[in-house]
Amino acid sequence: MIGAWATRGYGRESHIRSGAMDRRIGRSRLRRRLQFDLVKPETLNTAAAGVPTGPSPSAAISMSGVVKRFGPITAVDGLDLEVPSGVCFGLLGPNGAGKSTTMRMLTAQALADEGEISVLGYPMPQDSKQARLEMGVVPQLDNLDVELTCRQILSVFAWLYRVPRSEREDAIDRALRIANLVPRAGTIVRELSGGMRRRLLVARGLIHRPRLVLLDEPTVGLDPQVRQELWTLIDGLRAAGTTVLMSTHYIEEAERLADTVAVMSAGRIIAQGTPGELVRAHAGERVLEVFGTPTQLEQMSEQASRNGWASRRSGPALAILRAESFDGDAPRGIMRPANLEDAFVALTGEEIE
Amino acid sequence: MSFETGTTRPSVAGEPAAVGEPAAGVRRVGRLEPAALAGVMSRDVAIFGRNWRSTTFSSIVQPTVYLLAFGLGLGTLIARVQHVSYVQYVATGVVATAILFSSAFPGMFNTFVRWQFQRTYDAILAAPVDVEELVTAEVLWISLRASVYGLAPLLVGIAFGLPPEVGMLLVVPIGFVTGFGFACFGVAIAAVAKTIDNFSYITSAVLTPLFLVAGTFFPISKATNEGLWVAAQFNPLYHCVELVRNATFGDLGPGDLYHAAVLIVFALLMWRLAVSQLGRRLID
Repeated sequence: MIGAWATRGYGRESHIRSGAMDRRIGRSRLRRRLQFDLVKPETLNTAAAGVPTGPSPSAAISMSGVVKRFGPITAVDGLDLEVPSGVCFGLLGPNGAGKSTTMRMLTAQALADEGEISVLGYPMPQDSKQARLEMGVVPQLDNLDVELTCRQILSVFAWLYRVPRSEREDAIDRALRIANLVPRAGTIVRELSGGMRRRLLVARGLIHRPRLVLLDEPTVGLDPQVRQELWTLIDGLRAAGTTVLMSTHYIEEAERLADTVAVMSAGRIIAQGTPGELVRAHAGERVLEVFGTPTQLEQMSEQASRNGWASRRSGPALAILRAESFDGDAPRGIMRPANLEDAFVALTGEEIE
Repeated sequence: MSFETGTTRPSVAGEPAAVGEPAAGVRRVGRLEPAALAGVMSRDVAIFGRNWRSTTFSSIVQPTVYLLAFGLGLGTLIARVQHVSYVQYVATGVVATAILFSSAFPGMFNTFVRWQFQRTYDAILAAPVDVEELVTAEVLWISLRASVYGLAPLLVGIAFGLPPEVGMLLVVPIGFVTGFGFACFGVAIAAVAKTIDNFSYITSAVLTPLFLVAGTFFPISKATNEGLWVAAQFNPLYHCVELVRNATFGDLGPGDLYHAAVLIVFALLMWRLAVSQLGRRLID
């Protein structure tokens, strides 16, 4: 898959040549490399540098004060979210945080009880159909027709997305190439592997070249190799200037793909920034991992809270955040750079994959 | 090619499309768009291409069995009903049964399976298709099919001596309107059903009486049983049977406008009911 892109000029290097895109990609790559080396936010900033503070007319997605209830359960509870055009925006949160409901409200498949939503500038839900025409959706759950072939499925969606008749075949071929499914074009979905089905779902959402793509937990349940393939695919989308909103509960996915990450918990955004910014703001620069028996770790944890240190259990160790500020009184342990998982746990109090 | 921007939309960050207006070259979508209907139906056609044998088999064999059992079985006891032989009488009546079964059942089961089990409707509604278009397209396809399947009992009847009539071709539009109404009825039932097992209540308590008290197997006349006749006026299938019989035997008259009107009103009412009921369930 990666090879296929490279031969058609979708390898990353091919993007380093032109203008704004060049700088954005360059910074993005820099961020990934230097994220834990305490580079100042502004130097590693990505498109998120342009994150507006108020509502912006150029935002791809704008949600303010959005509330969605299901009976007694409030799934989304006063959500404010602004996704600028042209970035890969990660919505990171544990299961049940309200990510999928948020995604469904963006296609008007769920209607907000309160608040305002606009997608690509179209007010929801009144103009949702127009917005859906110009965006692509990749659902969390496989909803492919198992009896149809890859080509048939893409053909149906080329119709639904109003791809002109004369361009339909080309669009289908292009989508098959994106998903690396050309040799499987005539295979019925039931006979595809899980990874192929997921790639077909992505291809289906891209058949009409949307300028915004919603990816709901794109790699959940996939094995590592397939996950890598999809990451390459998503990164290619972003590199081509498509706005991507991706929900995930995988820290690594958000860290590697997203220019900006919003951490969602209990139906609202509790923090937002580049992964580097989030780490520094909520976990500091360095983390001290102290190892010991469960009893020792218990005692250490109590000591940490007496000293006012933020700490969490991390497998066989106790991770103490903001270890850069220790002056000689630190317990013995291994110092490592803080990461997004530290920040996430500090923010939500929940362990995550 | 792959990810680069198409001519239909602006691409790079910082160069967004005019907000709130379709990007250059992107058209405005309207209500009940033919393209959306065709898209949903193209899926039905593709699936039909895979399972047309089984679908067609059951839609043709079932009414044929009724026709043989009642027509030939009871036909030995009953020589003529009204002015035709009993087998011809039943052949025309069973047309309505064929239409009912090939519209109400797909309306119920397809809808439930695609919505609940396969989540196909979730996928379709994430595209620029609304519930009204989805329901309309699904039902249009079912009723087109039902209108063709409605001809099957007549073909069998012709084999048993039913004289071919040009008026028989009217079975297609009659079947289409009736099928549309019953397919919508099925969709509405699927939307309110908690589980797929609940369909058996509808089948036994609603559909079976409907097709038995429709003048399919015995005449319903005001003179002999007024109560039944009044009840039949509320049964769309009765009006379908009357229309089919009059068309087939060349007896169409002004009274058939009444039957046609009832069928059209039934179809329209069920259509709105199906859209609203399924809409309530598909959109959270």
